Amino acid sequence: MKEHRILINKIILTLSTLAAILGLGFLIWILFVLVKNGLGAMNLNIFMYDGAPPGVAESGLRHAMVGQLMLAVGATVIGVPIGILAGTYLSEFGQNSKLANFIRDISDIMMSAPSIVIGTFVYAIMVAPMGYFNGYAGIVALAIMMIPIVLRTTDDMLSLVPNTLREAAIALGAPKYKMITQVVYRSAKVGIFTGILLSFARIAGETAPLLFTSFNNNFFNLNFNEPIGSLTVTMFSYATSPYEDWQKLGWAAAFILAMFILGLNIVSRFFINRKRK
Amino acid sequence: MKYMMDTLFENLTRFLALLVLVVLVAVFVVLYNNAEPAIEKYGLSFVTNEKWAPNMNIFGGFPAILGSVLSTLIAMLLATPIAIGIAIFLSEIAPAKLKTSFGVSIELLAAIPSVIYGMWGLFYFAPVVREIFGGNGIGLLTGGFILAVMIFPFIAAITRDSMNTTPDILKESAYALGATKWDVIKDVVIPYAKAGVIGSVILALGRAIGETMAVTFVIGNVHQIPSLITDATTSIPVTLANEFNEAESKLHYASLFYLALLLFAISFIVIAFAKFYFLRKVRKAK
Repeated sequence: MKEHRILINKIILTLSTLAAILGLGFLIWILFVLVKNGLGAMNLNIFMYDGAPPGVAESGLRHAMVGQLMLAVGATVIGVPIGILAGTYLSEFGQNSKLANFIRDISDIMMSAPSIVIGTFVYAIMVAPMGYFNGYAGIVALAIMMIPIVLRTTDDMLSLVPNTLREAAIALGAPKYKMITQVVYRSAKVGIFTGILLSFARIAGETAPLLFTSFNNNFFNLNFNEPIGSLTVTMFSYATSPYEDWQKLGWAAAFILAMFILGLNIVSRFFINRKRK
Repeated sequence: MKYMMDTLFENLTRFLALLVLVVLVAVFVVLYNNAEPAIEKYGLSFVTNEKWAPNMNIFGGFPAILGSVLSTLIAMLLATPIAIGIAIFLSEIAPAKLKTSFGVSIELLAAIPSVIYGMWGLFYFAPVVREIFGGNGIGLLTGGFILAVMIFPFIAAITRDSMNTTPDILKESAYALGATKWDVIKDVVIPYAKAGVIGSVILALGRAIGETMAVTFVIGNVHQIPSLITDATTSIPVTLANEFNEAESKLHYASLFYLALLLFAISFIVIAFAKFYFLRKVRKAK
């Protein structure tokens, strides 16, 4: 009986170690492919030139990098204030009321909603009435995805602020809005900033909500009222094209995007760790 | 004056918090309105109609829905055991040093954009599937595989977190009674973390069923019911991604919106179920 238990124990521990090795194997495989193809496709032209027909040497991803940043920053400009203020309501005013908890649940659901559905929704309310694909629609789609994440982190971070700070501010005669904006926000700012960074990293890698909104653009464009190219959508169309040099550019785009997003994640991890200390 | 600002601030924040509800309702209403021609024409039989032929203006959602369900099912069957194995390794077996570095890399893997998984799948994983299982490498099985690779870090990370909430004193008591590691895992850790584990699996299911980019490269985008597991098929998000910008007839558009509505409803139910039923308990336990 005892041997039996020890044997099973050994089998299970071996199996789960194998699972871990398998998982690590996939991680290494993906990163290896990304680095090998990405670095292989990397050259200065990528940062200097815009999209070009296959076969042209002066082709790059400048338009897509700028476009992706414009879309992500635009979404942040809309999404972050809304998310922070809405999160403030939940933590400072709604607290444990039924309404606040209901909003928390709904926001969690929106956080995991299929991104492509958000794309079709924004297509129906913005692109179809306006009659053309445009950057504004892309921003709105990304902002809809961003708000629940920022809302959630703000709510969590504000609830960590000790109540004595609030009471001290009130006791000094501060009105509630001043107490929130000048005391509560200030002591939660690192946490909120980390949340913003993570949500930015999340939407900066989105493809599906952009397909029907900001669409794609092979030219350099700073006008939000026109289609805007992005690394992700460019990657999708280049990778599925039959031209080898486009596929190469697709890998370069994948590499740049992955490094950018992993970098953001590592930076925010640094902030989280610093806060713990 | 001071109270006016307070009221103003409170109402502004309340309004913005309510905006989340408004968006959710708006998504349902807008999708329903746009899907109306298809809903009127087909009603619920859309779900079971097998034929999707834009050139004949006939639309049935069954192949896409089936593709979504099957690819998600394959992904869950592959990813869940591996993810739980990794979680057990991370929370109970690995030495402390490995725990952090491996745990962090699993979390970083979960942050890689899905379009990169799709691209890797198309160029590197599909040929492997073709070698081993036959077919041309593009099809249901490859789609399920890529989804599995995409979601296992997610399940592993949450499962590990909920396993780590098991109080050490419970584990130590079991060890003191002569339990092996596996006894402790099966009789102490897993019962303790059960709600969180099931919740994370369901949450991952909701994520997999709505995933577009990881699958669209490799599933084939053909509206057919696969007779072999390696056959090309499609799924709801893939159909949307490939046909939405090219839809010509009004009915085609409406049918795509109908699919989007169904997808949104399915994922809403799945995620709500995971959150309300399982993950709620985890939140309280903390």
